[in-house]
Amino acid sequence: MSTVADTTTGERSTARRSEKKAGLSDRTRGERRLGWKLAGPAFVVMLLVTFYPIVYALYLSLFNYRLTDPAARRFVWFQNYITSLSDPLFWKATGITALITIVTLVVELVFGMAIAMVMNKIVLPRRTLRTVVLIPYSIITVVSAFSWLYAFKFDTGFVNHWLHFISFGAFDPSYNWFGGTWSSLTIVCLSEIWKTTPFMSLLLLAGLAQVDQSMEEAAEVDGASWWQRQIKVVFPSMKGAIMVAVVFRALDAFRIYDNPFVMTGGANNTNSLSMLVGQTTVNQTEIGMGSALAVLLFIFVLIIAAGLVRLFKVDLTGGAK
Amino acid sequence: MNGRTKWGLAGVSVPIMLWTLIPILWIVATSLKSTAALADQQQNVFGNFWPKSISWDNYSLIFTGGAKDLFVPALWHSVVVCIVATFISVILATFCAYAIARLDFPGKKAILVTALTVSFFPVIAMVTPLFNLWRMLHLFDTLPGLIIPYITLTLPLSIWILSAFFQQIPWEMEQAAQVDGASSWQAFVKVVAPLAAPGVFTTAIIAFFTAWNDFVFSSNLTAARAQTVPAALNSFTGASQFTQPTGAICAAAVVVTIPVVILVLLFQRRIVAGLTSGAVKG
Repeated sequence: MSTVADTTTGERSTARRSEKKAGLSDRTRGERRLGWKLAGPAFVVMLLVTFYPIVYALYLSLFNYRLTDPAARRFVWFQNYITSLSDPLFWKATGITALITIVTLVVELVFGMAIAMVMNKIVLPRRTLRTVVLIPYSIITVVSAFSWLYAFKFDTGFVNHWLHFISFGAFDPSYNWFGGTWSSLTIVCLSEIWKTTPFMSLLLLAGLAQVDQSMEEAAEVDGASWWQRQIKVVFPSMKGAIMVAVVFRALDAFRIYDNPFVMTGGANNTNSLSMLVGQTTVNQTEIGMGSALAVLLFIFVLIIAAGLVRLFKVDLTGGAK
Repeated sequence: MNGRTKWGLAGVSVPIMLWTLIPILWIVATSLKSTAALADQQQNVFGNFWPKSISWDNYSLIFTGGAKDLFVPALWHSVVVCIVATFISVILATFCAYAIARLDFPGKKAILVTALTVSFFPVIAMVTPLFNLWRMLHLFDTLPGLIIPYITLTLPLSIWILSAFFQQIPWEMEQAAQVDGASSWQAFVKVVAPLAAPGVFTTAIIAFFTAWNDFVFSSNLTAARAQTVPAALNSFTGASQFTQPTGAICAAAVVVTIPVVILVLLFQRRIVAGLTSGAVKG
């Protein structure tokens, strides 16, 4: 994330600080008022549409509340939380979500880094490659989910035919990918990776662009091999970019919804945590229980964010350090 | 760089581009198949990939045929909701980012931290309370009922990208213009606005993508009257209950993808700059 206090504003705020000691000048006070006048509306909208629902969800999660039977609504303290936390279905969804997050994150980091390196050094189809790599980013997730779903279906798809051909007939063309947990999850992960790797490689490419070329050349002159140069020079100098990419993707992946929803609808134990929240609230109209699940999901996301930020020592508001 | 590395990298870029393009080509290919050709390998080439004879049936189905009542309104909802939400959100974000980059006031950091926290909220966690609230306020299944959540979805992103962008603008030029006798308004219009416009535009495109992509809000906060395309795609049914809507979904998917891909192709550089400047700065 960009440094909030950039050099120019930095200088200005040092100047302000000395003014503050001497009492606020009219100009400073006017600037403060104008600052809040301009930034206030955006701030208020964010608070209203997100913090309010979250507080409301916290409140609702303490009730046994079914939309179809509002008269029976009653306060049950933490009963919904106890029920969810002791429910194997909840833990199954959490496990699946964590698995998808880890697998896609690791693959995307390796893939994204490789693509970023090629994009950074490539001369020949330079612009074409950069444009083509960006395309999946613009595809609606639901569309990409349908594309991968139809591609792997044994009746309408092509993948089984191609695998059959490549393996010289060893692969069964009527294999049903969506018949089991693991094969379904493979497709969900593949589609997720296809859709979000561009974002990852762009962030990594931006990081690569910051690496000091002269340092890399110096290492080369000193006789460092390609691998040594990457590990000792390139990766450490782009640590910030890697962190930001990992944090953003991990938080995004943990909230996965569209992909498994379209492909399996949660069949074969492929429910993600977000899908479980949606099903409980909308399909079963269990508002209280759904809210409790939503709060738990939010707590998980907060834990992941805090953990990653601490692990990487990254200050997202003041630039990666 | 020597010739071998150059050609080696060119060679490596081919599988990368194939990996990116095959799913896109595949959805186009499927949209051009007749219902009979979908699952019949004999009527397709390259292992059931590309149809031997191209059929436009699926496109006529979604624009004039049975799926028209579902797809055409959904397309309009998507366009209206996303444009309005992007417009409002980018205006709010521009004021906010201008204040953050240009003015010194307490609470600046709090705004950025809030924006970050908001963008980390699991959207599905907002759906439960909004679902309940929208029913009370009669916003459920209405266009404003989607515009409001989309503003929140795009606002944090816009604030981050724009404040990163605005910090690169040399604000001293504005003061210099004022010293030279321009009024603040003239200085703003003549100096700052032309410098800021590309960043605002880039942010608008990225915000539009985010809203255009949404499925969670649309599928949970609408029923039929305000559904956008991603949610409508999921509720497609076949011509009769026994046929799969595969071809129609693919045709609809192609239709909603074309404008966005054109935007990407046209503004590729700016989008890359916007995404990366918003996210990575040492």
